[in-house]
Amino acid sequence: MPSQAQILPGTLDLLILKAVSLGPLHGYGVLLRIEQISQGALLIEQGALYPALFRLVRQGLLKASWGTSDNNRRAKFYELTSAGRKRLRQEADGWNRLAAAIASALNTQPEEI
Amino acid sequence: MSLLSSLGSVLSAMLNRPRVEKDTDEELRAHVQNRADDLERSGLTRAEAERRARIEFGGHEKFKEECREAAGAHFLYTLLQDLRFGARMLRKNPGFTAVALLTIAIGIGANAAVFSVVNSVLLKPLSYPKPEELVALHQVAPGAAGLADFENGLLLSPSMYFTYAEQNRTFQSLGVWTKDISNVTGLEEPEQVRAVVVSDGVLQALSVAPQVGRWLMAADQAPRGPQRVMLSYGYWQRRFGGDRGVIGRSITVDSKSAEIVGVMPKGFRFVDTDFDLVEPLQFDRAKLILAGFGFNGIARLKPGVTLAEANADLTRMLPIWMNSWSNGPGTDPHAYEKWKITPLIRPLKQQVIGNVSEVLWVVMGTLGLVMLIACANVTNLMLVRVEARQQELAVRTALGAGWGRIVGGLQVESVMLGLMGGVLGVAVANAGVHLLVAMGPANLPRLSEISLDGRTLEFTVLLSLLSGSLFGLIPALKYAGPKASQALQSAGRSMSVSRERHRARNVLVVVQVAMALVLLVSAGLMIRTFLALRTVDPGFADARHLQLMRIGIPDSLIHETQRVMRTQNDILDKLAAIPGVKFAAFASEMPMEEFDSDWDTVFIEGKNYHKGEMPPLHFYKHVSPGFLAAAGTRIISGRDFTWDDVYGLRPVVMISENLAREAWGTAENAIGKRLTEDPGLPWRDVIGVVQDVPERAVQEKPPAIIYWPPMVENLFGRGPAQPTRVVTFVARSERAGTESLLREMRQAVWSVNSNLPLASVRTMEEVYDKSMARTSFTLVMLGIAGAMALVLGLIGIYGVISYTVSQRQREIGIRLALGAQQGNVLQMVLGQGAKMALVGVVIGMGAAFALTRLMSSLLFGVTAHDPMTFAGVAALLILVALAACYLPARRAMRVDPMVALRYE
Repeated sequence: MPSQAQILPGTLDLLILKAVSLGPLHGYGVLLRIEQISQGALLIEQGALYPALFRLVRQGLLKASWGTSDNNRRAKFYELTSAGRKRLRQEADGWNRLAAAIASALNTQPEEI
Repeated sequence: MSLLSSLGSVLSAMLNRPRVEKDTDEELRAHVQNRADDLERSGLTRAEAERRARIEFGGHEKFKEECREAAGAHFLYTLLQDLRFGARMLRKNPGFTAVALLTIAIGIGANAAVFSVVNSVLLKPLSYPKPEELVALHQVAPGAAGLADFENGLLLSPSMYFTYAEQNRTFQSLGVWTKDISNVTGLEEPEQVRAVVVSDGVLQALSVAPQVGRWLMAADQAPRGPQRVMLSYGYWQRRFGGDRGVIGRSITVDSKSAEIVGVMPKGFRFVDTDFDLVEPLQFDRAKLILAGFGFNGIARLKPGVTLAEANADLTRMLPIWMNSWSNGPGTDPHAYEKWKITPLIRPLKQQVIGNVSEVLWVVMGTLGLVMLIACANVTNLMLVRVEARQQELAVRTALGAGWGRIVGGLQVESVMLGLMGGVLGVAVANAGVHLLVAMGPANLPRLSEISLDGRTLEFTVLLSLLSGSLFGLIPALKYAGPKASQALQSAGRSMSVSRERHRARNVLVVVQVAMALVLLVSAGLMIRTFLALRTVDPGFADARHLQLMRIGIPDSLIHETQRVMRTQNDILDKLAAIPGVKFAAFASEMPMEEFDSDWDTVFIEGKNYHKGEMPPLHFYKHVSPGFLAAAGTRIISGRDFTWDDVYGLRPVVMISENLAREAWGTAENAIGKRLTEDPGLPWRDVIGVVQDVPERAVQEKPPAIIYWPPMVENLFGRGPAQPTRVVTFVARSERAGTESLLREMRQAVWSVNSNLPLASVRTMEEVYDKSMARTSFTLVMLGIAGAMALVLGLIGIYGVISYTVSQRQREIGIRLALGAQQGNVLQMVLGQGAKMALVGVVIGMGAAFALTRLMSSLLFGVTAHDPMTFAGVAALLILVALAACYLPARRAMRVDPMVALRYE
């Protein structure tokens, strides 16, 4: 098992949006999807996922509807709204810029100064 | 997200709450099931998989609540839940709830009642248009000896009115007025009515339009012009049934026909007076002199003019006034410069309120303290209860309830208690207001305006919320803290109690005792004041058996002086003939009757006066022969007037003892000496010296008084003798105040002249009590507050000590088992109570020492730091504290060690 990192504050929303953008998911599915797309590197407290989902619904970034899961359980499925899609794009851009800047800063060698 | 849509989501979350609740629950459970499915697939048993999934998931309830919060319904939902829970807790403890509610209701009710009085009397503006522009033309004359102690300052003279009205630059309108009593005849029985007599400018200043007809105007004040009069709404309804055709009709006022020109509207009060008629002042300009300072000035400022500017304007006009008028040939008009007349214009409202504001603020302050004591008591109850609920709180904390949530819950409970108390308090306040109005000083201004209005209700709600959060806060802070989990460990076992656990309650009791001491000291000071007032010789004896009634004989009814005198004499004879009447006499006024008194200068024979110097002013009073004996006023030296003195117009006077001592050293020396009102007038012989009489109020220094016979020739140079037309008749009788005596007295008066109405029919005792109403009202209010504080303090101490004893039962059992004597235990418990009481008393003494100064203007014959009162109250409180501890202490003493220890 790869070493797991606590996710940075504020990034949970971004990860959820990304996970859901790949197709409608129920809560447990979101958890699995994040584990999958991060190759198990990111650890999410399971219960903490739901307040975040509720918050995103209230902000109009996700919409929820009841359906049936693969194993025939009634489950609430989340999918992106257009506002959610836009937000995901903005946040991802911002994150990438920030990550690139930090990476480049960290990679600086003495002779480059 | 906009506020509106956020509100919308909160609302929809609220409305759909049960469904949302169920959904959330289902969703979280589905998650756990899904996880368990996966774990099961990896080879665990179903039971083990579900257990593991639940652990991984974490606190189900905690996340559920976080979801609710995230969905936006959190606050309202929590509130609703807390309310329901709180109501359940209150229902479950009816004893606690009843005691707490009663305490709060009484506290809030008393405060709301007094607030409604303060609000109506002090805070609400006067009911005239733009009341902030209305002023009373108050002025003082510090240089006029004898005048300095007059509360009303220097009133305006008619000449002053003309100068001010015609020359001012800062007033929209300005006028003078005074109160009078008029006789109205020709309508059923002759009736004495209350009149206000106004100059032009007064009604204009007040700016209240008449209900019917028109105002009195400049044209109506022409001397010898036609008589015109306005009616009050009440008089119009009472006498004319509200007939609008009354305008233009005539009534007979003081035997002269006067045309009714208008009716003032309902609810209109003349500054601080109720009245029946408005009559015009009719000054004869040609005959006016500088003097005659007998009229109240009232004015409306021009918009934007300040009091300082208006004062400067009046100051500017004073020299004009002195230059324009004279006191007659040979007098120096500028002698008034020595009086240092200084305008001190007051807002009219201040004039209306008078000196009652101190009383009201003191009463409000004391009841505020009572409220705090009540809050302290309820806090103590809450502390005990929260302590009993510590287990519950600890369990909730352990299950994930946050600190804020628990504090919030306790707050909701206590605020709910506060609000319920407030609702009951309104009922108490309603009763309280009736009581206050009934009991308040009869001269409490704006009495008729007092009611529970919106502002009072606002105040009550605010007070309820405030006190509710106050007594919820301390227990919440104390027991909802992180230490709460300790309670779980000690669950169910009553350990010997730590000192720290009781600190909050002990502090509260100390504070209660301190506040109670402050209140009791104030009440004690008022009692001492009242007693001191009662010991002052009022200058009359046995007031209860002195029947008074006032009769005025108008000039138009009987003109000749001698005939007026004969009529008054005949009335006296008839009164004296009534069975049971021992004495009958009359005087221009009785002490404390508060009619506008006469005062003027007096020159003493043999004393040197500088040219133009004005000697001190003294009270003037006319009394019939036998008046002093009837009233019970002692003659120190010399003799009373005789009827021969009166009819013979002999130049005789009596004077008060203080004047005799000042002028001639002793009362005996004064007999046979002479004085006069003016050096140009004949000298008057001093034939008697009368004891000092506190003429205005017993707490004031008795003024120097000149007693004149009812008729005096050439008084103030007015030529032939004038009668004293309006006088108070006194009859001393065991039957004073009875309806039968009044009927006989009325018959006696009407047998002399059937046109004479009677007014101000009352006993001297009523006059006396009324003059002390301010003191007795304050006394009663402080007494009630003090008694409430004492009882609440007693309950507080008793509660804490008996709770402590029940908590310490085990410890006491151990002590007794180890050989402590019962006496030691008693001492220990009493000692604890005494210690709290002592600390409270010491703190309270300090606070009282600082605070009682605020009421020094209400005190008489006792200083604000009276050691006797302080010591007495301190001793009383300590005794009460010990008494409160005694019952629990006896219980402690009887603890059976075997029983106490077996409980464990």
